[in-house]
Amino acid sequence: MINIELKLHTDVFNLDALDAAATRDGFGKGLVEAGEKDERVMALCADLAESTRAHWFKEKFPERYVELGVAEQNLMAVASGLANYGKIPFAMSYAAFSPGRNWEQIRSTVALNDVPVKIVGAHAGVSVGPDGATHQALEDIATTRVLPNMIVIVPADSEEARKATLAIAVNDKPSYIRLARAKTPVFTTSETPFDVGVPHVVYRSENPKIGIIACGSLVYQSILAAEELKKEGIEVSVMNLSTIKPMNEKMVTEFAQSVNHIVTAEEHQIHGGMGSAVAEVLVQRAPTKMSFIGMQDRYGESGSPDELLEYFGFTKSGIIKHIKSQLS
Amino acid sequence: MTDERITELELKANDIRMSIIDMLEDAGSGHTAGPLGMSDMFAALYFEIMRHDPKNVNWIERDWLFLSNGHTVPVRYAAMAHAGYFPIEELLTLRKFGSRLQGHPERHALPGIEHTAGPLGTGLGQATGVATGLRLDGKKNHVFCMTGDGELNCGNIWESAMFAGHNGLSNLTAIVDRNNIQINGMTENVMQLEDLVGKWTSFGWHVIEIDGHNIQQFVDAVSQAKAIQNKPTCIIAHTIPGKGIKEIENEFGWHGKPPTTEQEQRFLKELRTLRGKIEATHSQ
Repeated sequence: MINIELKLHTDVFNLDALDAAATRDGFGKGLVEAGEKDERVMALCADLAESTRAHWFKEKFPERYVELGVAEQNLMAVASGLANYGKIPFAMSYAAFSPGRNWEQIRSTVALNDVPVKIVGAHAGVSVGPDGATHQALEDIATTRVLPNMIVIVPADSEEARKATLAIAVNDKPSYIRLARAKTPVFTTSETPFDVGVPHVVYRSENPKIGIIACGSLVYQSILAAEELKKEGIEVSVMNLSTIKPMNEKMVTEFAQSVNHIVTAEEHQIHGGMGSAVAEVLVQRAPTKMSFIGMQDRYGESGSPDELLEYFGFTKSGIIKHIKSQLS
Repeated sequence: MTDERITELELKANDIRMSIIDMLEDAGSGHTAGPLGMSDMFAALYFEIMRHDPKNVNWIERDWLFLSNGHTVPVRYAAMAHAGYFPIEELLTLRKFGSRLQGHPERHALPGIEHTAGPLGTGLGQATGVATGLRLDGKKNHVFCMTGDGELNCGNIWESAMFAGHNGLSNLTAIVDRNNIQINGMTENVMQLEDLVGKWTSFGWHVIEIDGHNIQQFVDAVSQAKAIQNKPTCIIAHTIPGKGIKEIENEFGWHGKPPTTEQEQRFLKELRTLRGKIEATHSQ
């Protein structure tokens, strides 16, 4: 059942009762709030102000908005300089280009330099939709989490994205936040707790055989899957692991020890992503049978977000199918 | 500047060169030609031009110096040591385990190093970021960015040049160490850079060409750069790689190797002789 301590939406299984919003929208709101709280907060954007929601900040604080043009390498170098000087720059583009194109600038001028740049990767995952494989970043968790000093966060919904944005604005560390284009159900509320590095078990069963560790839009789909599987007598618990780095090894280990099998679920390549990060922890602390829901070493393609999410197994039905196949 | 002051700075440059030879021989690896070629400008930057305080490295009123061509850092370490940032003996720890003097500079390793550098092409962007922040806050500090000429092959440099030109960052001065060599040979053979003046001008910069070993010219160029409003300035400093040691001058093979012990002794002798010549010129 739903963990009531988390104060999720009271009618969480009723899709009609939930608002739909993209995590980029929650980020956009959070950025304006962060800008109101601290005048050091700045927005830097590489010619994608509307789709990254940077334009909301730009309208409110035009003097603190910096346009870079289509120049993602320079986006990161300039952000590094601003952070070094004492500002709190949020550097925005699509995840395919940042951290995609400018990874070396992120490595040397931000992470190794250890300056508090906030890297905002929008349009991650296949849910980008019709733009196709070139624009569907599926490698960004791997390429950011491998960097020492870097914080990596994948918010589960728009409200969590807002809170994560406020949290990284004050953490004084290089940070990456991964956002999606598509609207998804907003199942957390303003009262739901959020702290960097603290995962939450959002759905608990009494004697779970399977534990799902999910991030991004897969968290809500996992909750729906768990509720449906319960009706069939299959007990599943679900953890929202929105902070992938630093990993809360203790809580992930305890969660794994409460089940027989861990399924990780993310809209990312299975190699190097959140599932791999969990496996790195469990193989040392609590070896557990694992299986991975993610992109199976291939690129995405054009289609509607719903079509693609269904096709690649990133929905309730895909999760249920995966779990049944693991149990059989 | 008076002749006496110029001579003083030339002697500082000579001291910096001697330290470079000393530390590179001891390190057993590193870049020799570039740092020797930039020694005159570094003497001028640290002993004449920049507002800085070795005892208060994060002084809020300081000028910022980015070294985009991070592999030439021995010249910065040597200038910093002679300016009093740390003991001159510490130069001999260059590139050694546990040293604050990393092979390529690290922001957190040594106070006074403004940024981690080495991967080419990214220093100018960082300098434009600081210049943007300073302007937003209405501060008067100046930002300098030293770049190599080989690294002008990097696309990121021109993204940064376009950004600084577009925004008219007059508090930013780029200094190109135009020594015509890079690892694979002469710059114009590896990848043509000329017309360099035309390139920077067309990106919206004020451009000044100087002899990078003429300290008076360099100091004057920086004064002019500070006086130019609404535009960043690029000083193209023509230098001789390895300047001061005949055997190294203009030899691209010396880009990335240190002197042997035998060479060190000869080179130091040559620099001591040069010191005598500088003093002799002064006393005339």
